[in-house]
Amino acid sequence: MSGPTTRHACKPGDYKSELKPIWCPGCGDYHVLMSFTRAFAQLGLPSENIAVVSGIGCSSRIPAYTNCYGFHGVHGRSLALAAGLKVTRPDLTVIVASGDGDGYSIGGNHFLHACRRNIDMTYVVMDNRIYGMTKGQPSPTTEPEFDTALTPGGTGVAPFHPLVVALASGANFIARCFSGAPNETADILAEAIRHPGFSFVEVLSPCVTFRPDEKDWKEMVRPASVPETSDQGKAARRLMTDDGFNIGILYRGHRPPLQPAIGGAGVELSELEKDFEL
Amino acid sequence: MTASSSISIAIVGSGGAGALTTVNLLLEAASAAGWHGLFTRTLGPQIRGGEAAGLLRLATHPVDCLPDQFDLIIGIDWLNAHRFGSEIKAGPQTLVISDPRGGEPPPMVTESGARVVEIEMKEIAKSISGGRPNMIALGIASRLLGFGVEQVFALIAKRLGGKGTSAMEASRAGIKAGFEAAKGVRFEAQLEKPVPGEVRRWLLSGNEAAALGAIRGGVRFAAAYPITPATEILEWLSPNLAKVGGVLLQAEDELAAINMIIGASYGGTPSLTATSGPGLSLMIEAIGLATAAEIPIVVIDVMRGGPSTGIPTKSEQTDLNIAIYGLHGDAPHLVLAPQSVSDSLFTTQWATYLAEALQSPAIVLSDQFMGQSRAAIERPADVAFIGARSVATSISGGYKRYAMAPGGISAMALPGMPGGQYTADGLTHTERGIPTSGAADHLAQLDKRRDKLERFNYGDHWASIEGTGDIAIVTWGSLTGAAREAAARAAADGLNVRLIAPRLLSPVQPERFAAALEGIARLLVVEQTHSGQFLRYLRAHYDLPAKTRALNRPGPLPITAGEIHRAIIDWR
Repeated sequence: MSGPTTRHACKPGDYKSELKPIWCPGCGDYHVLMSFTRAFAQLGLPSENIAVVSGIGCSSRIPAYTNCYGFHGVHGRSLALAAGLKVTRPDLTVIVASGDGDGYSIGGNHFLHACRRNIDMTYVVMDNRIYGMTKGQPSPTTEPEFDTALTPGGTGVAPFHPLVVALASGANFIARCFSGAPNETADILAEAIRHPGFSFVEVLSPCVTFRPDEKDWKEMVRPASVPETSDQGKAARRLMTDDGFNIGILYRGHRPPLQPAIGGAGVELSELEKDFEL
Repeated sequence: MTASSSISIAIVGSGGAGALTTVNLLLEAASAAGWHGLFTRTLGPQIRGGEAAGLLRLATHPVDCLPDQFDLIIGIDWLNAHRFGSEIKAGPQTLVISDPRGGEPPPMVTESGARVVEIEMKEIAKSISGGRPNMIALGIASRLLGFGVEQVFALIAKRLGGKGTSAMEASRAGIKAGFEAAKGVRFEAQLEKPVPGEVRRWLLSGNEAAALGAIRGGVRFAAAYPITPATEILEWLSPNLAKVGGVLLQAEDELAAINMIIGASYGGTPSLTATSGPGLSLMIEAIGLATAAEIPIVVIDVMRGGPSTGIPTKSEQTDLNIAIYGLHGDAPHLVLAPQSVSDSLFTTQWATYLAEALQSPAIVLSDQFMGQSRAAIERPADVAFIGARSVATSISGGYKRYAMAPGGISAMALPGMPGGQYTADGLTHTERGIPTSGAADHLAQLDKRRDKLERFNYGDHWASIEGTGDIAIVTWGSLTGAAREAAARAAADGLNVRLIAPRLLSPVQPERFAAALEGIARLLVVEQTHSGQFLRYLRAHYDLPAKTRALNRPGPLPITAGEIHRAIIDWR
């Protein structure tokens, strides 16, 4: 985290806006919002120095529910927008919020390249394995047999494994959280924000409306039984074999983040013209 | 033998033969001596081994268009020349230098009545250790154009200085051999001496000019995804942005590039990307976001033949429709078009200024012809258009990002400013930026975004309007140079013609256009499209005279000054 280091005596409430979320009662995203504000308070970040960038979908409504600067952009492109912002404003703490449709489907290519580019930002994907805002279509993380109006009898397509993809693409920090444990999630988010480079945090966040079965997640999640690793080989084996319910920091890399030098007076513009003079 | 104010040379050879290098050296030699010039490449999509020709026009005055026909054509070989033969017009006055071992000259040469002189350029090159046929061609052209051999040697020394003595010696020997081989060849066309006393000649492409204009206008961030024929803008910006404290970031695709610049501009940095038709298609959705969220950005579209992949290496003006109308919803934004290599600098700088002042995306429609031509020009004047957006200061509670400010331009808070926190949003929003689906808020923000663009005073730069008379040529973009030359020829025939070429295509300027049409009875609309996009645009927004005609053709064939002149004269 290269943002401001001044610590304020902050309460989570300082980071909440007055807007009432449009989420369904019982949606996991309420807890994710709570974890955001707790993490920001824990870090003592001035809210005006945080930018929360998102795309489209239920989870992407989160920026306006914070009291930070926000950008609710087009579907799937939040990581690119955030990259432009962070590279030119390294003083800001940049958080990108997304969902499994926005982040893994339409935004899939940007996910690969954001991991690879390793710009210092934290990417939080609220995964509910369904398109909620459009009323229940399968996403890249939906189970193959899950029945929907768009795909009667299921998709028959194996789900995407975001954590493995993140590791293979070069993400510098990989964690999984459960929305129903907001304090633990806040701690991990704070750690992800502190960690330099591209941090990826997948939050299992149930959709109570279109995936009532996900209410069972609270019984299924468990703290990861092995400690975090910085060994990509170990991490790969572990992520390939886990059942998707191990919670915790799973990988912490040490690649230097990409931050080109910017600012400064630079040369006079007339210097540039010399290219063209005979 | 009379000297004329301009002369044109084409050098043809298969890709890799060095035809383009030769023409570039001729341009440099001529501009060092004080002439103006324009060098256009015509080539196929292959990286090596395809067809290539360098087209050069030298003049005592600024040149913004190709000639009707060439005075001198040198065929190092004619291998694939039939593929673009129609782009290189010859006539009975044309002198063709042909290597008999380079294949048959294409019909465009043999059927034109041009005089053909055979010189064995390849054989001569073989007799020189390390000799290359294109250096023989350079020697031939230098002699015929009246350049001293020492003058060309000096240039070679400057250009090839780093390539080692043997390469330099081979080049000198080649040039000298070519110079000797051209001895006694009759060449009627001669170029008038340059106007003395002119200084500070620049040599640059339209793409480079646009890139410099962007930096002069304040751009400090660019996102880049390579695409022909726009890549040179990005390649020039990469090291040069770094020199002025800016940065260029390579994107994974055009979707990322456009969103990266929106993010950077949201943070307060004037930002740009450059692309061509296929990339613009991908960027359109996010340009709508920048319109709705009122984020200033500049997108340069260097147009090429379309639709789809089209003709990547050749010019067309067919992105007019997508640039103006491509966004979904009612999405007013800026569209501008430079009119020459030199004007690419001004127009891009002005576009940056306008984007920042109006908190709007600006699409700059350049094209392959302008973008990839290299011109010897006078140094473009410095202008005062430096981007400066209205930024919120001393925010004291209840900040309204999208307030109904006079003129529709509301002060923008930048991340880091306490009290300015807001969420920029593509959703319809209230003055505070809060999402809404209410009719009144929707209408208010639509009005705001329309009014800020329509009420702004764009001044005289909105168009080039030149000349008097009751007949006018209306054109835009890189065809302005050919239209200007056509008008000058008509004037020489005793027919006064007005030229109207809008530089600002959106928002439209009905009152200014009506004033420009004052007294016009006949209107010739000239554009490089198949469907007449520009004519339809003019008809949609402006009242045109009953006598309106179109001269339009798709790429890749350029529309020449001669054709426009003939269309005017034939209409009498």
